[in-house]
Amino acid sequence: METRRDVFQAIADPTRRAILSLVALQAMTPGAIAENFDSKRQTISKHIQILNECNLLIQKQSGREIYYQFNPKKMKEVAAFIEPFRKMWDDRFNELETVMKKYKPKQ
Amino acid sequence: MEQKTKVSAEDGKQDLVITREFDLPLALLFKACTEADIVEQWMGTKVLKLESKKHGSYQLETKDGNGNVVFKANGVIHEFIPDRKITRTFEMENAPFGVQLELYEFERLTDNTSKLNMHVIYESGALRDQVLQLPFAQGINWAHNRLQDVVSKLK
Repeated sequence: METRRDVFQAIADPTRRAILSLVALQAMTPGAIAENFDSKRQTISKHIQILNECNLLIQKQSGREIYYQFNPKKMKEVAAFIEPFRKMWDDRFNELETVMKKYKPKQ
Repeated sequence: MEQKTKVSAEDGKQDLVITREFDLPLALLFKACTEADIVEQWMGTKVLKLESKKHGSYQLETKDGNGNVVFKANGVIHEFIPDRKITRTFEMENAPFGVQLELYEFERLTDNTSKLNMHVIYESGALRDQVLQLPFAQGINWAHNRLQDVVSKLK
């Protein structure tokens, strides 16, 4: 399937993030996912569809049921976006810690 | 291993939060952020001016090996509460990223540990995302400068 949305758009929505955290633990059918929300089943289906289009889900067919599971590979792309920025601050703060551990108050 | 520095940048928002726990008493962490000669050591930039007080201002500058200014930034301190909070602006000069508002909150965890919570607000979500991607570009530049340093020493 062609991806027509980007992954950042997909994870911007709190319901979709909640769905991801559910299917990160175990593969679930759309019905089982929907049971966790007060929203209409159609609404949840739409969210699942968007996540699926962004390749954030892995689809597995088992008999008549479709199971969805979290695709961790795709999520890494999101983390990779802010990783250099995080690393930059991490390096600075590590240095801060090193400098201050050697710090001796001036007389 | 758990990451010591965490960055939270929600999609579509114009702010981000950087948190870090330090193996340092609160007073030392605060000192490290407010004394020019110490800031220079961990930020890797010259501190031309740092008035750590309410309505004070600061100026940072970094030069490359040839003396060219590669980074210049400044800002004003709006609020200064020792060992607790600093509210300041930050503006990179000659760069299209606008002015950002930075709220630094310092917290004591134990006698020997402390936490810094940095809330940074940008003029727009698009600007925030550009700044987030800066280290990609900088990494390339820095590597390039280092290469130039090495090459110039060969001559």
